[in-house]
This record gives sequence, C-alpha cells and structure tokens, in this order.
Amino acid sequence: MWRDALLVAGKDLKIELRSKVGLGQVVPFALVVLLLFGLALGPGVGRGSVLFSAEPGLFWIAVLLATVLAVQRSFAVEAVDDASDGLRLSGLDPAGIFVGKAAAIGCQLLVLELVLALVSSLLYDRHLEGGLLLAGSCVVATVGLVSIGTVYGVVSLGARQRETLLPLLFFPMVAPVLLAATKAWDAALSGSPGHGLGWLDVLAVFAVAYLAIGTVAFGPLLEDA
Amino acid sequence: MSLVTTPVGLDSAPPPGAPAESGTSTSARPPAETGRSRSALVLRLVGAVALVGVVATVWLGLWVTPPDQFMGNLVRLLYLHPSIAWVMYVAYGVAFLSSLLYLWPRTRSLRWDKLAGASSEVGVVFTGLTLVTGSIWGRPTWGAWWTWDPLLTTTALLFVLYLGYLAVRRIPGDSEVRARRSAIAALIAFVDVPICYFSVLWWRSLHQAPSVDDPVNGKTYIHGSMAWTLLLSFVSFTLVYVWLLVHRYRLFGLAEREEGEGLALAIEERRAESQVPSR
Repeated sequence: MWRDALLVAGKDLKIELRSKVGLGQVVPFALVVLLLFGLALGPGVGRGSVLFSAEPGLFWIAVLLATVLAVQRSFAVEAVDDASDGLRLSGLDPAGIFVGKAAAIGCQLLVLELVLALVSSLLYDRHLEGGLLLAGSCVVATVGLVSIGTVYGVVSLGARQRETLLPLLFFPMVAPVLLAATKAWDAALSGSPGHGLGWLDVLAVFAVAYLAIGTVAFGPLLEDA
Repeated sequence: MSLVTTPVGLDSAPPPGAPAESGTSTSARPPAETGRSRSALVLRLVGAVALVGVVATVWLGLWVTPPDQFMGNLVRLLYLHPSIAWVMYVAYGVAFLSSLLYLWPRTRSLRWDKLAGASSEVGVVFTGLTLVTGSIWGRPTWGAWWTWDPLLTTTALLFVLYLGYLAVRRIPGDSEVRARRSAIAALIAFVDVPICYFSVLWWRSLHQAPSVDDPVNGKTYIHGSMAWTLLLSFVSFTLVYVWLLVHRYRLFGLAEREEGEGLALAIEERRAESQVPSR
C-alpha cells in the first residue's frame, strides 16, 4: 500500500510541478482572499483591530477555500482522457491511491499554509508566536482536510455538477476542523499554547477518523466514479 | 392538503376511492392486490391517527395545559420542539441503519437505498422545523433568534450535511452505483448526529440538557397534563414521520417504475416511427 501511495503521490506532484496550477493559481487565489478580508474588515492595524483578533480564523478560512480548489484540481486531472479508468485498472491498492492523492494535496497545502501564515502575519500585523503549536496544528489539520476532501473529490468525480457539489459536501464536514484549528492557532498566537493542546487533540481525532473513513470508502467510490 | 390523502395518480395501490373496506370484493382479488390494499388502508389509518394526534397536541398544548412555573406560556412551544427534534434523530438513525444494511453484502437490496433516501429527506424537513421552532423559542427566552450554542451549531451542520447527502443522491447514474455512493455518504454524514445529540451534555452551555427526565439523578421534572401532552406529541410526530416515510418510499418506487416504463414507451415510439416510411 505504501509503495502504491508513493507512486500516486509522486505522479500527482510531478503533474503539479509541470503544470504549476497550485503555485500559479491556488496560492495567488488564497492571497487575494486575504486581501479581501482586509478590505472587508480593515483597515485597522495592530492589537485591538478586527483583523488582528480574527487572524487565525481568516487564515483557516483562506486555507479551506484553497483546499477545495486543490482537491478539484487533483480530480480534474483524473477526469480528462479517462485517466480515472487507468487508475482503476492499474491494479494499485485503492487505499494506496487514496493515501497517495491525499498526501500530494497535503504537500501542496502545507506549502500554501506556510506562505499564507507569513503573509497574513504581515498583512494583519500579528507576530507568529508558539511556532511548534502552529506547525503541529497545521500538519494535523491538513491531514483531516485532505482526507475528507479526497473522499468527496472522488464522490464528485463522476458528477456533472462537481464544481458546486464538492464545496457543499466538504465545508460542513470540515467545520469541526476549522473550529479546532482556529482555536489552537488563537491559543498559540496569544501566547498561551497550553490552551491549544486540547484543540490539537480534537484535530487529531478528526484527522484519524477521516483518514480511516477515506481508507475504507475510497475503493468502492473509485469503482463507481 | 389533508394528511390522509394518497398522492393522486402516483399511487401503486388502488385509488383512494377503491373499496378496500368492502370485504366481499376483496376475496375475488388476487392475493397480492389484497395485501396492497390492506397496507394502503393501514397507511391511511396511520395518517388519520397522526392528524388527530397532532391536532390534539395543539389543543392540549395551547388550551388545556397550565403555563409553566418558570417559563410561563413559552412552555407551550416545548410540546412541539422536542418531539420534532426526536423525529429528526429517528429519521437519521433509520437512514444510517438502512445504508449500513445496503452496504452489507448479505442484505444488499435497493429497498434499503430507497428507505435511506426517504428517511433522510423527511429528516431534513424535520431538521428545518427543529431549527425554526427552536429559533422562535430562543427569541423571547435567550433574546436572540440564533446563538452559537454547540447544539444549535451542530444541528445547523446536520441540516447542510444531509442537504449534501440529498445532492449526492441526485447525481445521475446507474441505480446500483448511486445507491452505493449515497450509502457511503450517509454513513459519513451520520458522524455529526451523536456529536449533536451529546453536545448538550458535553458542553453545558445555553441550551438546556434534556429536562423531561434526568438520567443522572433519576428524577422526572414533568408531571400531569403536561407530561401527557408531551408524550402524545412524541407519539403523533413519530406517526407523522412513519406516514411521510412510507409515502416517500413508495414515490421512489413509482418514479423508478415511471422511468422504466417511460424508456419502454420511448423505444416503442421510435420503433413505430421507423416502420412508417417502409410502408
């Protein structure tokens, strides 16, 4: 399974490196979202401003929006030229395909989160403190996000209305992840990482649950896509 | 529309006027038809009892029962709200179980898929009603139509999760494929149901914990006519659920049949067209 996962992840990342859709479109899109938040809630700067106190939430909303795009992109690649048939006939373990695709999206998201964290800290004037908790919650939350995103990505793969279906399915499911990740970030940034550890546990629970769901459900869903 | 009417023209059972009650004619019918008309009669009975029950609940709740010691007349909305929420949980529970039964290879049958679809559709309606009645109650009690209480938030999430599930059901495709896909989606959506149910116990916040019966201290906080009205409300709304569920289930079957017959009809027409020029 792990070898298959590596193969699929390698394939997806190679496609990304060659096409640069993630870097050229998804990252700029997320940056635009951060700017729009600034226009909607600004222009205050520094402690006490709306942007300052809302920074964790705005960061994670931007990440969620970008995740939908990344997942859509990952499955758009499979939809053209019947590539998904090739994937199905390849004899790879479906759980491996799931982990591979999720890992490839996860790698892209982590890069995106790094960029967004720096830019949002700059734009909203909030220093990145508690780096370990920030990084930890990013990794664990990303596992949860990409797991459930990949499951719904393959559900909407066969649907003609996939652009609209995926966000409808995805956002309600990741609401707990958004909540926990925002709280963990808030705790880290306000200098009390101890409060964030409980939320890190919540993130871990959802990450494990969604990973388990995906590993089991991906095979039959891919068959039907 | 009265609660006891059957969907006109779509019912596979004999039309509403058919003499299901005339004992003499049923003996002459084939057994399958007799069974069907009997089940239609039972269903109509369930509908009638549900209607009477709901009307009686409204009457008891608004006129007969006394105002509450603390909540005053606001308590009257509580004869509706908990029972509607209860039906919501039952509906999602049934959808979950039937999706599980569909996925289990030994019990795989499209009937479970239709049942899951019907039940979650009714569930979504009752979730909407739960949110609306809760909101109406919340305005005078908490001073706001909506608060970010865990129970309210998870219920709102349930609403959109199952709307998503219904959207998945609408993806066109082979019925077996659709059934499997929707069953998996139903299992995933159900994750939120226990979180929603236990949220009042896990996070003690604005929304009160179940106040009819306190399992921790073994006390009951509701007595007399109020208790009976609430019980009647639970029973009647459960019957409303059953009535809606069965009708929705049958509608699924009829839609399926219509699809099949429509296809056969279209093929027939094309065939007839192709034969015209040759003559």
